[in-house]
Amino acid sequence: MLQLSGNNQRDGASATLVDLRRGDAAILDRIDLPGDEARRLMELGFLPGARITAGYSAPGGDPRVFQVDGSEIALRRETARRMKTRPDGGSSVAADARIR
Amino acid sequence: MSVCGSCHGCETSVLELPRPAATPGATPKTVALVGPPNSGKSTLFNRLTGLRQRVANFPGVTVEQHTGVAELPDGRGVSLIDLPGIYSMSPRSEDEQVAYDVLTGKRADTPKPEAILLVLDSTNLARHLMLAAPILSLGVPTLIVLNMADDLRNRDGHVDREALSAQLGAPVALVSARQGEGIDEVFDFMAGALAKPAPMELPVLQDVPKCREWAGRVGKQASYQAPAPPQWTRRLDSVFLHPVAGPVVFAVVVLAVFQTLFTAAVPLMNGVHWLFDVSGAWIMATLPPSLFRSLLIDGVWKGVGSVVVFLPQVLLLFLFIGILEDSGYLARAALIADRTMARVGLQGKSFIPLLSAHACAVPAILSTRTIENKRDRTATILIAPFMTCPARLQVYTLIIAAFLPERRLLGVFSSRAAALLGLYALGFLAAVATARALKSSILKSGSTQFLMEMPSYRWPTVQSLGLRLLDRSKVFLRRAGTVILLVMVILWVMAHVPTQGGRAPAIEHSFAGQIGHAIEPVIKPLGFNWKIGVGLITSLAARETIIGTLGAIYGMDPETQGGDLQSAIHHDLTSGGAVALLIFFAFAMQCISTIAVVRRETGGWKWPALQFGYMSVLAYSGAFLAAHLIR
Repeated sequence: MLQLSGNNQRDGASATLVDLRRGDAAILDRIDLPGDEARRLMELGFLPGARITAGYSAPGGDPRVFQVDGSEIALRRETARRMKTRPDGGSSVAADARIR
Repeated sequence: MSVCGSCHGCETSVLELPRPAATPGATPKTVALVGPPNSGKSTLFNRLTGLRQRVANFPGVTVEQHTGVAELPDGRGVSLIDLPGIYSMSPRSEDEQVAYDVLTGKRADTPKPEAILLVLDSTNLARHLMLAAPILSLGVPTLIVLNMADDLRNRDGHVDREALSAQLGAPVALVSARQGEGIDEVFDFMAGALAKPAPMELPVLQDVPKCREWAGRVGKQASYQAPAPPQWTRRLDSVFLHPVAGPVVFAVVVLAVFQTLFTAAVPLMNGVHWLFDVSGAWIMATLPPSLFRSLLIDGVWKGVGSVVVFLPQVLLLFLFIGILEDSGYLARAALIADRTMARVGLQGKSFIPLLSAHACAVPAILSTRTIENKRDRTATILIAPFMTCPARLQVYTLIIAAFLPERRLLGVFSSRAAALLGLYALGFLAAVATARALKSSILKSGSTQFLMEMPSYRWPTVQSLGLRLLDRSKVFLRRAGTVILLVMVILWVMAHVPTQGGRAPAIEHSFAGQIGHAIEPVIKPLGFNWKIGVGLITSLAARETIIGTLGAIYGMDPETQGGDLQSAIHHDLTSGGAVALLIFFAFAMQCISTIAVVRRETGGWKWPALQFGYMSVLAYSGAFLAAHLIR
């Protein structure tokens, strides 16, 4: 299965995890959430600089499963919206290899 | 996928580390199992202890404590504690707090563990290693158990455990708890002389990015190679989380569970019923007629038997939930249910307790501990007892059989099954409406975070399912042997005093009958007479005791003595009264065990009192309306 990866974010500055479609990957930039919520997300692998790939979701796209740091973690849209991303600089080949 | 060939993860010898001089033969008395959720900690615990384990609750908190004894090769026993899964040593939920307190020796009731088995998922080692930093810094002798070694190997992953051991300053074992591979090493560790972890440079524990960086570096030094993504999990998710197929599978799974509950359980239940009938008849024939025989047969045997009959159904439901949970599907089901649950202010994690509340509200309420948000958790606890448990089902079945003729609706559906389904729906709707009311008033909370790890799919093991069922059977039978037995004996005594001329009084003049008459004015508006009243009182302890109670009363009442229970009830209730009784049972919180667990869970009498009051008012008004609308 080949998916477009990387550069489909609408606007580099305000892109978040919500903008990722299934198979897309991006780099996490920062988490705009209160301290302990952000901490738990970081313990689960959502660290700034981590590469995150969007996976399957519940019907309607919310919550969605994200592949991060070797695990699959489901997040609600309202949480994903607070997680700013920047485009994935890595090669799209690597991205495709991960979502297969 | 390749089979194990060149990888280095297959050696099975214990890694001997230079140890400081330790007293030979000084085995630890208490060993704690620690690890992140989904690391296979409990599987290892089951593997180490087998049947020598028990579940108890940490006093004062709601977290279940699994303790057991692992027998060492030389016959000595080591006591094991299976702690709740933790991601870090900065506790957020109540079970994480317990794990933290036990490990740091802050719990007076649990001895500080003398050794730790740190269980990590070897297929996700880099992230799981983050937990090694705070655990090793405790300075307690620790074995790092890299679990799921078979998975790692099969998916072409690799780790050099000698290098890892050198990096961490603690011994490392590669095991597969599911397959039993490498378990000997864990025993050897517990049997051997213990040494504190060698002092190593650990990252600042509060700094998550630093910890992750450290874990990554340690992994790299141990030439850790993450395994390929789990192909089967992706394939299965493409069906189970498909926008169309996903919800269809979800609905089919839920329906199949309940369908089996009603059909497959019936022959088993008939079997248990038969056992009690036969043994009861045998007691009847063996003992001479006496008051004692009457107590044994009418009080104990019939009363307890009418409850134990439901054991197969309860176990079947727990078997299903066990399969769904151990296979990893339950996490997906919670994901699919999240949106729907969010509409009433709850979240996907509430789905699991609400499903298992159909088997029994008590373990369901205990399982709410995974919900981090306190208000969500309280709301889930408060609505769980609305779900139709087998005790309610028992009462429903009896009343429906007595009042509703079996007919085919639209040629397919049975009228009785439809009525039963309606009552399930009624309980569910009451729960939903209550959740909505709670979450928009006293338990209002801002947006809820829903964070859920999706584990890889795995085959459930027979051992872990078997142990789970054994656990539940014990709990169920203990209840039948204590609470219900006691109520039935008290009832029997109350129905036989005061004696009149050395003989039992007419039931109407017994203490039980007098109490029933005393409350009759209160329940008359619902269409119930004093006999139902006595049943309602005994059912405060446990719903299903109303059946044994009515059986006992009707058996002593000359008017109804000859017939069976169904015709006796038919004789006593109008149709409106029957519907009222069904609705009363659908809403009322008649279960001492549930009240006790809610009190323990919520840490006081406030919530159980509110819950009991609310459900009673709802039950009374619902029954009142039914009795007056249906004639």
